Amino acid sequence: MTDVTASSFVRQDLVPERPAPVKTTGFIGFVRTRLLNSPTNILLTIVALLLLWYTIIPALKFLLVDAVWSGKDRNACLAENTGHQVGACWPYIQAKLTQLIYGFYPEAERWRVNLTFILAVVLLAPLLIPRLPAKGLNASLFFFAFPVVAFFLLRGGGLTGFGVSWVASLSQLFGDSIVNAGQVLVNLSQNSAIGPVLWGIGKLIVLIGSAVGWLIFPLTWLRDQLQMSGQPLWYDFLLTAVIVSLILFFLGGGMRTGQRALLASLVTFAGIAVVIKLMGLDRGGLAVVDTRLWGGLLVTLVVSVTGIVTSMPIGIALALGRRSTIPLIRVFSIAFIEFWRGVPLITVLFFATYMLPLFLPGNFNVDGLVRALIGIALFAGAYQAEVVRGGLAAIPRGQGEAASALGLSWWKTTSLIVMPQALRHVIPGLVNSFIALFKDTSLVSIVALFDLLGSLHATFSDPTWSTPTTAFTGFAFAGMIYFVFCFGMSRYSLFVENRLNAHRRN
Amino acid sequence: MTTEPRKPPPQFIFRLKRALGGKSGWTGLAVQIVFAAVLAWVAYEIVANARANLETQRIASGFGFLKNTAGFDVSLNLVPYSGSDTYTRVFLVGLLNTLLVAVIGIIFATIIGFIIALCRLSPNWLLARIGEIYVELVRNLPLLFQLLFWYLAVLAALPGPRQSISLFNTAFLSNRGLVIPRPIGEAGLDPFLIAIAIGIVGALALRSYARRALFQRGQAIRIWPTVLGLLFGLPLATMLIFGLPLTFEMPQLKGFNFAGGARVIPELVALLVALSTYTAAFIAEIVRAGILSVHKGQMEAGSSLGLSRGATLRLIVVPQAMRVIVPPLTNQYLNLTKNSSLAVAIGYPDLVSVFAGTTLSQTGQAIEIIAITMGVYLLISLVTSAVMSVYGWRINRSLGAGA
Repeated sequence: MTDVTASSFVRQDLVPERPAPVKTTGFIGFVRTRLLNSPTNILLTIVALLLLWYTIIPALKFLLVDAVWSGKDRNACLAENTGHQVGACWPYIQAKLTQLIYGFYPEAERWRVNLTFILAVVLLAPLLIPRLPAKGLNASLFFFAFPVVAFFLLRGGGLTGFGVSWVASLSQLFGDSIVNAGQVLVNLSQNSAIGPVLWGIGKLIVLIGSAVGWLIFPLTWLRDQLQMSGQPLWYDFLLTAVIVSLILFFLGGGMRTGQRALLASLVTFAGIAVVIKLMGLDRGGLAVVDTRLWGGLLVTLVVSVTGIVTSMPIGIALALGRRSTIPLIRVFSIAFIEFWRGVPLITVLFFATYMLPLFLPGNFNVDGLVRALIGIALFAGAYQAEVVRGGLAAIPRGQGEAASALGLSWWKTTSLIVMPQALRHVIPGLVNSFIALFKDTSLVSIVALFDLLGSLHATFSDPTWSTPTTAFTGFAFAGMIYFVFCFGMSRYSLFVENRLNAHRRN
Repeated sequence: MTTEPRKPPPQFIFRLKRALGGKSGWTGLAVQIVFAAVLAWVAYEIVANARANLETQRIASGFGFLKNTAGFDVSLNLVPYSGSDTYTRVFLVGLLNTLLVAVIGIIFATIIGFIIALCRLSPNWLLARIGEIYVELVRNLPLLFQLLFWYLAVLAALPGPRQSISLFNTAFLSNRGLVIPRPIGEAGLDPFLIAIAIGIVGALALRSYARRALFQRGQAIRIWPTVLGLLFGLPLATMLIFGLPLTFEMPQLKGFNFAGGARVIPELVALLVALSTYTAAFIAEIVRAGILSVHKGQMEAGSSLGLSRGATLRLIVVPQAMRVIVPPLTNQYLNLTKNSSLAVAIGYPDLVSVFAGTTLSQTGQAIEIIAITMGVYLLISLVTSAVMSVYGWRINRSLGAGA
């Protein structure tokens, strides 16, 4: 065997070291590959750097370096007094902070607003963290209990009646309205070609209306008795609790399976009683704060949370209606959705402010904020409906068919099988429309409600703080608030989307 | 012997059930009747209340007010208008102003949006981040906020006419708005326009002829020199023969303001800037998603067929991306048009501002005016969505035929 090293084809000397490959990792490598890898890219990098130089540096200079941090009035923020170029005028924000957050809400009552904010955070935070339990209870507290409590906290006022009185009054209104409509038809029949037909229909409608009146007679009698007693609210409350609990008990299956429903109902009513007692609703409640005094971030949050809470049921109902097999309901839903989606929100707010009061009975004086809320709820509901419909369309037919095969009714199929899956699918879409809604709440300032943007606009006219940089400072501050809320929501929607798609990740 | 197939049973009851209640049958019918009764009741309540309320407020309903004299001035009118014109004229002026903002805004938003999308898709890391920051910043701030920012902060902080910012001494930006040279038509204008029209029609005809030749006979015709000649050469030639089509009247600073030139009111400038930068952020995301939606393999398949990079992009990638881009893009155009109604916040005389604002407060005809205003926007969006569904149908058909 010959020595391998002696063979002529075996190299005797070491190969010279090749130069190390161009570094593509680390900071230097990153700069080389992502910023300076070709002449065009070098040019683009220079352009981008110039762009940043002319935007970021002046912005930082305005917000921090040149900013004035303390002062009593506009003199602190004038260039001739400070001796240098003046940036943001932060004392102006300090002076106007309460106006930007509470509007003209009375100072002594502001704890109510703060308490509402805290309640909202306490209820909302566990709802947003997927790992925490009791989502159902939490959601029902946030979507049903919280709005009511917040209403009485923010606006104040008490209650004089409860379920029985409300049902009695509403049905009385309803019955009267039907009787009136019938009377109109009967009157019309006197000078009309189809007089007898109209007369017949009119009489029939009057009859239906009167029948409603007779049917609810026990209820109205009960209401009058209650109102005469010393404690109308509590007696009414007790009566409502007993009636509702019994109904739920029997609907839930009576002695066999109804105990759960009975227990849930009793616990709910006990909770309501505690709230009534705590807030003193039976004794007139807290002092009433007119909504015209509300303003700033408070109005922005009230409008957006109410819009979110009310648009969900409207959206779900419309989405189901649009997929309904009953022609009239489907056509109505489509028309309703397309109408609200086809018009700008401003015209909706104009509609709610100027047209809606004309459509309601003359003695019905609707608050300006409530009017805007109604407009926003209808508008947002139509958008929500399309998102929910997307979720419904994504559920395979087999789910509904399997539920039918198990003998579930349409309502049970929808509420237990289809809707939960559909809603889970569209959480990102829903959050996106919440963001849009939150941004759109700024439009209420056009119909004379002072939300965050409206309050900001109002502070500009204060001569005490009018300086060349006041407007920029105000916009910087309000912009940060809006950005934090919207950006937070959009990140949350991304987070949920990633969680939902966890099985698709590789 | 052939046996006749038995006729299906007539199923009258079933058909009746289907016709009256849809798939849900008698239940459906009952629900429909109840629903119709509720709707009728609501409609009755609305009409009765509106009538009673109008009577107490002493407002005469009806559209007669449209013939009354408006008596107020509008700061921007594309058609001749004065205070002695009727409310109908006001409506027309407002509508044209809305359309003006919408059309210009759409053009700018598309341009900016495509630039931002290209930035975000750029391999250059810094540029991509800048695009991302722009999109996140603009999308997460309310449009009204941005509009007021441009109008109350930026435009108000501009210097007065005497110290105005000059762009090459032709356009001047000040707190009174933007002053640009005003084009004035000369004798050569008509032939020039005709030449352009002929050029466009000719180029389109040539293109369709070349396509037919390619698809039917496999004959590739080079048309671009001819098209170039038609589009630019022809108008140039008419310009040489008939003289210049336009001359520009330059704005001159006289005293405290500009004389001559055309003035773009600051409200329009603010509205255009806000609308186009805001919508551009959404358009950028749509374009980016559309381009990313085309699979990488398409590009590779194109080059393996021997197509150049440009031809692959033009023939393979862009058409497929457009299929994803166009529907949401139209949606954004529609949004921009609807959002232009925010003009009322800064006093740009658009439809909502002059008609649902000033006219409403002067006449008090809330129902009629808001119904007309909503109807206009509804019409615009319904027409657009009808056009879009035709487009979607055609796209689906052409893709279905190819498969």
